[in-house]
Amino acid sequence: MTDTAPLPQMDAPGAAPDATASHWKLMWLRFCQHKLALFSLLIVGLIYLVALLAEFLAPFPPQEANARHVYHPPQGLHFFVNDDNGFRFQPHVTAFRMERDPVSLRTSYVEDEGQIIPVAFFGRSTPYRLWGVIPMDRQLIAPVEAGQRFFIMGTDRLGRDMLSRLIHGTRVSMTLGLAGVGISLVLGLLLGGLSGYYGGRIDWVIQRLIEYILSLPTIPLWMALAAAMPRNWPPTLQYFTITCIVSLVGWTELARVVRGRFLAMRDESFVVAARLDGCSQRRVIFRHMLPSLASHIIASVTLAVPLMIIAETSLSFLGLGLQPPAISWGVLLQEAQNIRSITQAPWLFIPGALVVVAVLSLNFIGDGLRDAADPYSK
Amino acid sequence: MLSATTLDIRGENTGAGAPRTLLEVRNLSVTFQASIGRQAVSAVQDVNFTVHEGRTLCLVGESGSGKSVTARAILGLVEEPGQIAGGQILYHREDGIQTDLAALDPKGKPFRSIRGNEIAMIFQEPMTSLSPVHTIGSQIIEAIRLHQLVSRKQAREQAIELLRQVEIPSPEAAIDRYTFEYSGGMRQRAMIAMALSCSPRLLIADEPTTALDVTTQAEILDLIARMQKRYGMAVIFITHDMGVVAEIADDVAVMRRSQLLEYGPVRQIFDTAEHGYTRELIESVRRLEHSARTVRGAKVSPQVLLSVRELEKSYGGRATGLGKRKAGAAVRAVKSVSFDLHRGENLGIVGESGSGKTTLANCLMRILEPSAGTITYTREDGSDLEVARAGGGALRAYHRDVRMVFQDPFASLNPRMTVAQILAEPLKVNNVLTRPDDLRKRVGELLDMVGMPADVAERYPHAFSGGQRQRIGIARALALDPRLVVADEATSALDVTLRSQILDLMLDLQERLNLSYIFISHDLGVIRYFCDRVAVMYRGEMVELGPADTVCSTPDHDYTKALLSAAPAGHPDEKRLANRHRYERP
Repeated sequence: MTDTAPLPQMDAPGAAPDATASHWKLMWLRFCQHKLALFSLLIVGLIYLVALLAEFLAPFPPQEANARHVYHPPQGLHFFVNDDNGFRFQPHVTAFRMERDPVSLRTSYVEDEGQIIPVAFFGRSTPYRLWGVIPMDRQLIAPVEAGQRFFIMGTDRLGRDMLSRLIHGTRVSMTLGLAGVGISLVLGLLLGGLSGYYGGRIDWVIQRLIEYILSLPTIPLWMALAAAMPRNWPPTLQYFTITCIVSLVGWTELARVVRGRFLAMRDESFVVAARLDGCSQRRVIFRHMLPSLASHIIASVTLAVPLMIIAETSLSFLGLGLQPPAISWGVLLQEAQNIRSITQAPWLFIPGALVVVAVLSLNFIGDGLRDAADPYSK
Repeated sequence: MLSATTLDIRGENTGAGAPRTLLEVRNLSVTFQASIGRQAVSAVQDVNFTVHEGRTLCLVGESGSGKSVTARAILGLVEEPGQIAGGQILYHREDGIQTDLAALDPKGKPFRSIRGNEIAMIFQEPMTSLSPVHTIGSQIIEAIRLHQLVSRKQAREQAIELLRQVEIPSPEAAIDRYTFEYSGGMRQRAMIAMALSCSPRLLIADEPTTALDVTTQAEILDLIARMQKRYGMAVIFITHDMGVVAEIADDVAVMRRSQLLEYGPVRQIFDTAEHGYTRELIESVRRLEHSARTVRGAKVSPQVLLSVRELEKSYGGRATGLGKRKAGAAVRAVKSVSFDLHRGENLGIVGESGSGKTTLANCLMRILEPSAGTITYTREDGSDLEVARAGGGALRAYHRDVRMVFQDPFASLNPRMTVAQILAEPLKVNNVLTRPDDLRKRVGELLDMVGMPADVAERYPHAFSGGQRQRIGIARALALDPRLVVADEATSALDVTLRSQILDLMLDLQERLNLSYIFISHDLGVIRYFCDRVAVMYRGEMVELGPADTVCSTPDHDYTKALLSAAPAGHPDEKRLANRHRYERP
């Protein structure tokens, strides 16, 4: 009988405009109030779009090395030229010339005034297959003259285009996270649900298992597992194995959350009511209990994805995760492990910035979802 | 019960007939701005009342009426995003200077010297307002030292004295105990001791007895009254229960939908209430003085529907490790309970919290497994079912005939399902009706039965108020044409005016559908109104079982007498608590 939070009375039927709004609609309305989360959702959406269309967006093949453009600095993209033919729309980048200091023999790039490399939107490129299936020969940005090269985000020590590598790395890093979370989700739901619903002996065994897994020091474990992976496997298979290894340790948190919710909900009166209605055990779990958990699960999954990204990045950075020639944000950051890159090629840190943006955005979304998960609170 | 004497005392002190004014609330308005851009919701609108020294003002209203917000505004405790939108709260200090509390900064020093020092507050839920990690003593000592310049040792002596005043047994030992070692009533006493630690001139009590049993409530009300006399305090007592008002109030302010409806001396309010709503509130208490069953001329058939013999429920020692049970003393929640329920009969089970009444109901429903004893249910065709040992199909069939209505209308409806889905669920899973058209028709019928329009079927539970949800809960219980409905505190979470509506609805349905009820409640009044026979439970035992009229007028057992006399009466002229019967466990 507390009445500190005055709510508008809804005595008259028809008084509430969202009376027939389903749980999901209420949740969405609540989520929309969280502006930061909404903005983050947009960012994450963009990142996934990039991952989806990697082949189309990346101007060059990511593995293409170029000895003449080692540590090439980023070139700005310009849209208009003003030369003898007058002012006109012509997307281009300014060309750079390599110079060698005669005393120290150190190479440096200087802008080649007047020299431009014209580029075209939706221009022709070397033929490729989108998702390895659809044959295409146009890309978002392509040099007008085939064979010419431009580097919007610079190049690495082998002269590979960072932008292309970053775009392909986005695909790997963002989906690696998803696959891992999927496995964690299934394991966490299953084991946590069993633990919470049945209790007793099953609960005891699963809880001890969780405690055991949580007690494992993770870095040595990963080192051992990475060493156990056959070196002759293709990067894709290694990728999948890493996913499984990461998620086999990652399910414990979700399992604990699910167990707690099940334990609490088992005795809630609407669940008891469902049992008395004559619902079978399966119907009680799937029709009455799990939907109530769905929103919380979504929130915790959203918060688990950035953890997976961080895990992948740090493992690959340490050389335990993905290895070249596979490309991921972590692999790209491996290039930035030394002093030289800091002084000479700071653009190698761009993947790090992207990790921060992606992780922050996902965390904000998770926050927003968690607040929205229970639209009946407050 | 002490209005007259208190008045005299104050009168002598002031040397005048009228008591001195302590607090004036003038045109107070409080609004809540849920979010920027949204329209502010008004929680308190233009409220006026006056508190006199040594007198008790009862703020009465249902949940959401704004009574708590009013009290919090006086203490400067209105929580964000709420704010005082207008009006004055004039506090008359001892030296005659008036301070407007509404204009003071709630966090400033002047306000803090008044709050806790001259105005103290006690809350509804003592568990959440006391710290679980400090001893009761250290919390009281802190409160004392916050407002008085005394040493720790002196403060401790004062604290022990306070605990003695609020009648906590052996205060020297009790002072070093933790909150969880205190019962609900003891905690409320400790809260009162803490509030009294600086001899306030005004005590604000926000539903301090709502979470307590009726006998404990009587003790606490009695205590507050005696403390008021001793310290010469004024009291603002917030409650929704007109019975409590009748017992303790000198003045009454009735609030509804954030407005003050009526304000005046208690007798005036009870005898010549101007507003229909006030009369309704008073009536809702008085109605429970009579039995609706006799008025309706209810018929009970001699046929036995449910026969319970020697029912036991005990909880063993805690399970540890791999399912091994600790050999410990088992807690016997229900001890050897036997009774018969006849067709068309309403059996009430009354008792305090922890008396085992809900455990008993859960055993009858087989939500819990009884430890021993038999529950024999006589089916429609006359055959008997042994419920305690039934399983599978037989139990499912039993659950079709015997349905349950839950206490909390907010927790008992799945928030993810529409009303139509909730009502159709039992019909669907029992294969009673499967065609969507039939289901829709039946849902419409059920909603009509409980007095709800059929077009609410597509709504989700969050769109309904507590009373409406309880109607939906009843409709769900009726979906399978049951013969018996077990209602566990079905009206306890509802406001008083809704309570009688729901009770009447259930009685109407009983006559139409030839139902029996087992009605579990802590409220003797509700039981007397609703039931033919009453079983009184005390610490797991059924201490008395008999016709409702007899048990509620001339009870045999001492505990029943105590329970009966602790229930507040419906009029200020017949105050019961002052000379109530106390039950000491033999």
